[in-house]
Amino acid sequence: MRRGETLLGLLGAAALVAAALLAPWLKFILTVALAKGIAVIGILLLLRAGQVSFGHALYVAMGAYTVAFLAPAMPDAAVLLPAGAAIATLTGLLIGLFVSRYREIFFGMLNLALSMVVYSLLEKLYDLTKGTDGIRVELPRFFGMALDRPGFEWAMFATALVLALGAGAFARLYLDSPMGQALSAIKTRETRLEFMGISARRVLLAAYVISALLGGVAGAIIGMTTRHVTPLLAYWTASGELVFIAILGGAGSVLGPFLGAVTFELVRIYAGAAVADAWQMILGGVLLAVILFAPGGLWGMIAGLLRRRAGAAS
Amino acid sequence: MPPTDMSRRDLLAGAAGLTAGGLLMAGSDADAQPQRPAELKIGITTFLSGPASVFGVPGRQAAEMMVDEFNQRGGIGGVRVRALFVDEAPGTEHLVGEFRRLVQSEGVHVMFASISSGSCLACTPLSRDLQKTTVLWDCATQRIFEEGPQPFAFRTQGFATPEVLAPLLYLLKTKPEFRTMAVINQDYAWGRDSWEMWRTGMEALKPGVRIVAELFPRLGAPDFTTEITRLLAARPDVIFSGHWGGDLVTLARQAAERRLFERSTFVLPVAEASLPILGRTFPAGHVIGTRGDHWNNHPRPKDPARLRALNEAYRARFNEPVIYPVHHMVQAFNALKAAYEKAIAAKGGGWPNDMELAAAFRGLTFDSPTATITLREDGQGLEDQIVGVSTHAEGTPYAIPKDMVIFPAAMVSTPVGMKSVDWLKTLKPDILAQVPAAISG
Repeated sequence: MRRGETLLGLLGAAALVAAALLAPWLKFILTVALAKGIAVIGILLLLRAGQVSFGHALYVAMGAYTVAFLAPAMPDAAVLLPAGAAIATLTGLLIGLFVSRYREIFFGMLNLALSMVVYSLLEKLYDLTKGTDGIRVELPRFFGMALDRPGFEWAMFATALVLALGAGAFARLYLDSPMGQALSAIKTRETRLEFMGISARRVLLAAYVISALLGGVAGAIIGMTTRHVTPLLAYWTASGELVFIAILGGAGSVLGPFLGAVTFELVRIYAGAAVADAWQMILGGVLLAVILFAPGGLWGMIAGLLRRRAGAAS
Repeated sequence: MPPTDMSRRDLLAGAAGLTAGGLLMAGSDADAQPQRPAELKIGITTFLSGPASVFGVPGRQAAEMMVDEFNQRGGIGGVRVRALFVDEAPGTEHLVGEFRRLVQSEGVHVMFASISSGSCLACTPLSRDLQKTTVLWDCATQRIFEEGPQPFAFRTQGFATPEVLAPLLYLLKTKPEFRTMAVINQDYAWGRDSWEMWRTGMEALKPGVRIVAELFPRLGAPDFTTEITRLLAARPDVIFSGHWGGDLVTLARQAAERRLFERSTFVLPVAEASLPILGRTFPAGHVIGTRGDHWNNHPRPKDPARLRALNEAYRARFNEPVIYPVHHMVQAFNALKAAYEKAIAAKGGGWPNDMELAAAFRGLTFDSPTATITLREDGQGLEDQIVGVSTHAEGTPYAIPKDMVIFPAAMVSTPVGMKSVDWLKTLKPDILAQVPAAISG
């Protein structure tokens, strides 16, 4: 299965590059989708522990706003991206220290509450953040190179793709490691974990901080790609979107988040193009269909197909 | 993936795009010499869902009406017109993706962007990047043209500064004796900006007014009990409010219930669109504006027959009265037609490319049903402002303005190259002498 996953991942990456080459406008959509996929990898880690965060858009917004604030002083993607990730990680550590004490609905709601606090601050500190109108990000350099717009868009797409592959591979290794196994143990029976002398809180905290880091990376990419950052990034619907993508893609594999994110963005774009009035209904219909007929998400469907073929071959 | 070797990649992309059957088009070249297209595609971003759809949906309806009207008369320059709509509600990141899709995949010839200021601020730089003429058909933020030149963006209506300054001048002219005032604005960019402009202008023209309350309830707040209690206790002579849409309806209903309208004079620059819903709940005697000069009872429209025809056709088709976004959309379409005709004439009958279309927009003059609008050299449209005081007339089931003053756009607009707040600081009380007389009745 694992080799199949790697193979599928690389195939998927190749397909994305082909799509971006064929349609320049898709490159933008796919960059954003890849960034969201990276953030959803973080959601996936927490899901492994049975915890759903309804506030992870907070870290995406942290990454994006770091880019927006730093860009005038240090307009280079090589600085902005790590800075966005670092700020999000620090915030994640601070918040993680106390939310990792809570489980399930309390965990989800606390995250939601904190993300909404940050949303309100971004909106209300008008002189600092320009409120709902948001902050414009001028075209940054890329590792010292001053690129034109198409060049920079390619650079961001490539960065997002490389980081997505990296995040996927990392999550795969992490989930197989004792830390990852301990996450599953939190879901099945936390008390047993404590009896083995492992602190469930620390295990969850580690996963939480990693998820914040991935959120920050995603936010920094989104900030540099859309080049206009608004508080809506931290709004609860944005957090809900990340959970939606996780469910749509399926939590069974690290490919799920990317499958989910690309499908989500494409469905939204095409639904919006087909019926500008009722795209929400189509998106909701897709989610309902996945929940009702494919509880393992899109990845579950693919894995089922692969298993059946493997079964037929043997 | 090295980000160099762009030309070859673009070439490959173009070739691959052609083989893929035209569905996936490569980016257009602004300087290329185009053929007359089979149809003229307009990409329109507007709110189709969420609270601002009270403006967005009438905007779309107006666009559909204009498309039909143009096509019945042979289109623009002999080319049929088609509008493609995009919902602005999901936020910036989705909108800029849709903007790209419309330009790069659908191959629209022109974009009409946005109701929300945030959306406009995100789309305008994109118009420059993609070299696609973008008509800002409704958003008001003064930041667009004050934060640097925009070669491909044009606004075919007024903007926030005249929309705030005109009611201020009207108030100073008609009720100059007020001593205290308060503000209740929605807590977002327009709410903050409009108050800053009002306060700056007021301090320059009538210093010493005491501000007794500054209230910023959140956007979409369902209950204004606390705010109204504070306003009743503070007893301001004047209450300024930039509220719009459903929020204004809620605020006005709750304020009327508790008789706040009897104690203070309200100044509501965006009242017009909410007045039909409020009916007679909205009392007489308050200063109301419409983000321009397009009241349905305009005292001196340039083309009364056309204004009447628009009102009747819109009501007949959609069973709603015309509100300001309808006029703004009509203005955008009229400007587009005028610009294409100007560009085609300049090219001796040839079809203009993106550069030539943008060049035609600069300094363009076009007619709206109520007036003639000129686009300044920075791309900003000069739309007159009409402010009046609400009254209940026979035959109209809701409040309409009387004693209207038509403010010439040039008088109340920030000059090119200046920031609005800086300009408002320089205002002198003698500007009040220039205010035209109210048209009684």
